[in-house]
Amino acid sequence: MGTTPAVEVRDLVVRYGETTAVDHLDLDLHHGRVLALLGPNGAGKTTTVEVCEGFRERTSGSVRVLGADPTGAPEALRARMGVMPQGGGAYPMVRVREMLDLVAACSARPLDTGWLVRTLGLDSCARLPYKRLSGGQQQRLSLACAVVGRPELVFLDEPTASLDPQGRHLVWDLVRSLRADGVAVLLTTHLMQEAEALADDVVIVDHGRVVAAGSPDELTATGSERRMRFRAAPGMNLALLDEVLPEGHASSEGPPGQYTIEGDIDPQVLAAVTAWCARQGVLADEVRVGRRSLEDVFLDLTGRELRS
Amino acid sequence: MSTETPPGTPFPSGTFTPDPGIGSRARMLAVHTRTETLLALRHSEQLLLTLVIPLALLVGLTLLRGLVDLPDPRVNAALGTVLALAMMSTGFTSQAIALGFDRRYGLMRRLAATAIPRWLVITGRLGGMAAVVLIQVVVLGGVGLLLGWRPEAAAIGWALLLVVLGAAAFGACGLLLGGAVRADLVLVIANVVWFVLLFVGGIVVPADQLPGGLGAVVELLPSGALAEGLRAVLLGGTPGVSHVVVLVVWGVVAGLVAARTLRWD
Repeated sequence: MGTTPAVEVRDLVVRYGETTAVDHLDLDLHHGRVLALLGPNGAGKTTTVEVCEGFRERTSGSVRVLGADPTGAPEALRARMGVMPQGGGAYPMVRVREMLDLVAACSARPLDTGWLVRTLGLDSCARLPYKRLSGGQQQRLSLACAVVGRPELVFLDEPTASLDPQGRHLVWDLVRSLRADGVAVLLTTHLMQEAEALADDVVIVDHGRVVAAGSPDELTATGSERRMRFRAAPGMNLALLDEVLPEGHASSEGPPGQYTIEGDIDPQVLAAVTAWCARQGVLADEVRVGRRSLEDVFLDLTGRELRS
Repeated sequence: MSTETPPGTPFPSGTFTPDPGIGSRARMLAVHTRTETLLALRHSEQLLLTLVIPLALLVGLTLLRGLVDLPDPRVNAALGTVLALAMMSTGFTSQAIALGFDRRYGLMRRLAATAIPRWLVITGRLGGMAAVVLIQVVVLGGVGLLLGWRPEAAAIGWALLLVVLGAAAFGACGLLLGGAVRADLVLVIANVVWFVLLFVGGIVVPADQLPGGLGAVVELLPSGALAEGLRAVLLGGTPGVSHVVVLVVWGVVAGLVAARTLRWD
């Protein structure tokens, strides 16, 4: 395998008629690493993944998956990758184990399907037809189908959508284990927390374009003067607070009662703020000093308006 | 991040060490066919269509003389009628509805993402259909024997040939409908066509008893050709060349069109 990336995308463009779904996108994913494509709904994440899987044609650009062109999803390539399509997929009346056995039969040396069903907590619904499973159970079956053939590369499209917190942590454990065992994982998500928890590399996309790329650390560090937040009584006169702050600091009130100080936060600044609050007769509560979260980066880059 | 397996994980280190490979084609086909067969037999509405109604009709047509005018021995003609109905139920209606809903639930997309070749997905579906057809032939033939059917070797040979051609023709039409149209629409079309062909498609009422020029048209349909052919051979004759040709043409044409229109999403 060497240093050839598991997935290498250069200058990818996908157009549907007038719409440009993916607009000059680049990404690299190496073996034993997790790459998160992070973006709002309609950003082009699924389209990008489907091009890499070979199920969607590109308009231009180059895509290499496991050293080959994935166009047309040739069998030899499909055998080496595991795919979890968004929303899963199975016979409506099939039982969990039957479906997993069918997918396992397509691989030469599949994992033990009974073990996988138990480990993913699906034995409790073993006799139910697929269409009666909860969204989370369907997701976990779909994930099992993606990994049962011991693939080198796994595509997970929104793997934790509709999972409860326990289910999400199980999936996160599984993704970390895949990575530790040398599998390359490309996942899409719109959950910042998920990208931050799992990914070695994050590619933030919006309107089909890469708006930022790097490790979660790099992304949250860039442009981050540190900041301090606290809660207190709403409507305090911040002009007075700014007078006691050193040069280069600015205070603001976001939602009523939630204050942010931007600037280099050192112990003196912290002390000045809490002392000032005390002089106003209010307690500065939930004081937090820290860098921006990935969520801040994401929202700064993709805008704060809601997308459908 | 460390590269060690996280503590407390249910997945021991090395569980997912890559070791991919294409499974054996024979095993893929066997497991797929088994799954299809199991699902067809577990589905109560499909069983009603493929076994219960044909059985009821076999008994009814044989014992109730006033129902439809049939030549003697009635059980032979009735068996031809219900075998034709059974092929239409399994190949066309059942197959189309199952495929339509399998597509809606994302099955085709799921299978397309595995190493299974597309032709094998279709072969597996046809394999499941063949298993159901075999069960239908055994059950309906067995009940026919109980009702007094005395088969002759030549009749059995001709009947099996027609059953295979009929199942293939209806199966191709079922794949064509189920593979191209929205599931809820497939459900309506497949049931309406079944109902119409049952009564005026030459199955229950023989073509020569249908009003006006309908009989001539019906003999060009797979339902009419199969039912007329089966009744003829089970009553000791041979099938008309036209019956065989009609079934082959329907099968080949519908199969070719289905191969082009089958949607994998």
